[in-house]
Amino acid sequence: MTQRMKLEVVDRRDFLVGATAASALATLLAMHGTAFAQEKPPTFQETLDKILGGKKAEEAKITIELPEIAENGNTVPYTVTVDNPMTDADYVKSLHILSSGNPSPNIASYYFSPLAGQAFASSRMRLAKTQDIYAVAELSNGNFLVGKRTVKVTIGGCGG
Amino acid sequence: MSNKPRIKVPATNKVGDVIEVKTLISHVMETGFRKGSDGNLVPRNIINTFTATFGGKEVVKVDLSSGVSANPYISFKFKVPGPGDLELTWIDDSGAKTVEKVAIAVG
Repeated sequence: MTQRMKLEVVDRRDFLVGATAASALATLLAMHGTAFAQEKPPTFQETLDKILGGKKAEEAKITIELPEIAENGNTVPYTVTVDNPMTDADYVKSLHILSSGNPSPNIASYYFSPLAGQAFASSRMRLAKTQDIYAVAELSNGNFLVGKRTVKVTIGGCGG
Repeated sequence: MSNKPRIKVPATNKVGDVIEVKTLISHVMETGFRKGSDGNLVPRNIINTFTATFGGKEVVKVDLSSGVSANPYISFKFKVPGPGDLELTWIDDSGAKTVEKVAIAVG
């Protein structure tokens, strides 16, 4: 009797392990095929052009901190700072973090007020593959700044 | 958005200090690009907006996209104008709203 009960427990566990692995595999396979098949999000270039609105961005004053190599694309820490006094007369209005190689180029857009004291953005992003990360800042005087940083991704963060 | 978000601010501050406010909230941040086990796309459900206000004035607003990791960690800087409450709001695609207040002590 005891013997039989034990066997049953083992059987069920085996079954569960198998089922979980199978469903994880199915998810992975599904992701690859469909990520680009549905309604197309705007491309990176379209998104960048829309933010800039025809203006030129100066490549300066933005620091992007990212790991050189991200082992897990699901959670890549980043910190972006803009060298700016953040006074009522001169502050960073918005800061856009963009990815050039994700299914959707937007990561996050920050809108600051002078109360923030520093144009600083720190969070964690998903990265599908090795790519360039851009940070575009709009200043209160209407000028744009841009920064760029390449990050190598070992395992993509979009399941594929 | 069930769990209470975690918020960290310095314990003591002086007027004019630029402090870092760190926040962490539990959320699946479903991208809408992923298929579920039934073969259908899992509908997008992400926290799309985060705002921080102090005394009714906006300090920072963040529009998040599907490129933000699950359980989003958001940190920002804040120049302390005086004592008061910093009000933080997270809103997700389902309309669920989480509001937390954190006291900024000055002294």
